Amino acid sequence: MIQLSNITKIYKTKNGDLTAVRDVNLSIEQGEIFGIIGYSGAGKSTLIRLLNGLEKPTSGEVIVSGEDIARISGGKLRQARQKISMIFQHFNLLWSRTVEENIAFPLEIAGVSKGERAARVQELIELVGLQGREKAYPSQLSGGQKQRVGIARALANNPEVLLCDEATSALDPETTEAILELLLDINKKLGLTIVLITHEMNVIRKICHRVAVMEAGQVVEQGQVLNVFQNPQATITKNFVSQVSDSSETKESIEQIIANYPTGKIVRVTFVGQSTKEPIMSQLIKRFDVEINILHGAISHTANGPYGTLIVHIDGAQGNIEEALHLLATNNIQTEVIARG
Amino acid sequence: MVEQLFPNVNWDRMWQAAYETIYMTAVSTVITFILGLVIGILLFLTSPHQLWANKIANFITGSLVNIFRSIPFIVLIILLIPLTNLLVGTIRGTNAALPALIIGAAPFYARMVLIALREIDKGVIEAARSMGAKTSTIIFKVLIPESLPALISGITVTAIALVGYTAMSGIIGAGGLGQLAYIDGFQRDRSDVTQVATIIILVIVFIIQWIGDVITTKVDKR
Repeated sequence: MIQLSNITKIYKTKNGDLTAVRDVNLSIEQGEIFGIIGYSGAGKSTLIRLLNGLEKPTSGEVIVSGEDIARISGGKLRQARQKISMIFQHFNLLWSRTVEENIAFPLEIAGVSKGERAARVQELIELVGLQGREKAYPSQLSGGQKQRVGIARALANNPEVLLCDEATSALDPETTEAILELLLDINKKLGLTIVLITHEMNVIRKICHRVAVMEAGQVVEQGQVLNVFQNPQATITKNFVSQVSDSSETKESIEQIIANYPTGKIVRVTFVGQSTKEPIMSQLIKRFDVEINILHGAISHTANGPYGTLIVHIDGAQGNIEEALHLLATNNIQTEVIARG
Repeated sequence: MVEQLFPNVNWDRMWQAAYETIYMTAVSTVITFILGLVIGILLFLTSPHQLWANKIANFITGSLVNIFRSIPFIVLIILLIPLTNLLVGTIRGTNAALPALIIGAAPFYARMVLIALREIDKGVIEAARSMGAKTSTIIFKVLIPESLPALISGITVTAIALVGYTAMSGIIGAGGLGQLAYIDGFQRDRSDVTQVATIIILVIVFIIQWIGDVITTKVDKR
């Protein structure tokens, strides 16, 4: 559906060249929700704008549903953009237009007749759950409602791809959940391919099938969301994963435990899918004569399945601890020693 | 009572002059609005990072605007006498004042249009582009509606400045309240004529401001 090959984007600035995107290769399947995560300045905003030709790559090829977006221009590019819509962090609605007029805007651009426009707008308003707000102006809406208008507007011309530029970053956690549900829903109902950029791992966890991690213009890691959560490789990815699994409270209590228990090891155990159901901890205690103290536990749901983390303190004879950790590894359970006494 | 207060006022001439002032202001405001809007949009679109970003076109338009904005109006009228003669066929009367009024006010308004357009959220223009909008669609359906309150309050200020300019165009015999106040009031030492002309000008200005405020409030949905 989307194929990026050797994409580099260099901006010419007064202080010399600035490489925003460096040699990126990505392939996104039809119907997939693909997340791109990175801190601000990582180049993800530029990358997503390459997909609808708002930015042109310095070199490389951008193919979206068969069109070479980097090479086409004029009417052909405008035509292609009607099939690649976009929603924005700050919604970017026209304040001078009501909800229904905002949703009708892309239909006007596409040259849809007035009667058909009205019918389509009504459909979209129902799809995003904005019944009764048709005549309201954006200034009278909440953030979540504004983003619903943005989504309805983006879906108006039956696009094949939806680009989400930090679509939930300006929303509170509850509204974020609701908007993510809506995106998941339209992905399933309409089979729409969704590409989203974010700096929140929570968004990736909730709805993405695959994820790419960006740092300094490069994709440093990509894969199935569950695999990335279970087994993050790059340091930056580990940071993002701990965003979801550890709270700052846990970090403090771990420090406390280290002070209190000078012996043994503190281990983070990550379970994925089937292994969450096995009583592995009690097996360890029975078989290796070790003491296990559970410090923290959490289970998260991703689009590909559940994943759990436990932070435990294991104490006992050195050899027994090693054997216990070995058993976990052979059961395909990820372990990471955080601190040792 | 009125006769006693303003013994020298010839009311027929006063109303005729008021009509001339309103006529010159109205016609020049309408044309200034259109011309200033076109120049302002051109200035905006050719500025860096915009749709028609073009350094040379932006520099030339910007310079012309600055030059005509800097020439004092009273000097501009005299400079434009040959052009007026060519366009209108005479240099006397209300219509002869129009070229100078428009050329004096349009660059002024173009600057205000530019400021109004810069206030538009860049994201909204980007959103329109992402939907596949043509530049003409962006101009008529995004730029103008999204800056309308500022465009209206700008033309209100310009119209009021134009009332002042019409008074000055009295020096080339354009007519209007300014000329009446100068010739009948000042040169013949009849201060009551000047006073009445001033009051009528004030009323015209207040009405323009009131209309401008009402429309601005009505179109502003932010």
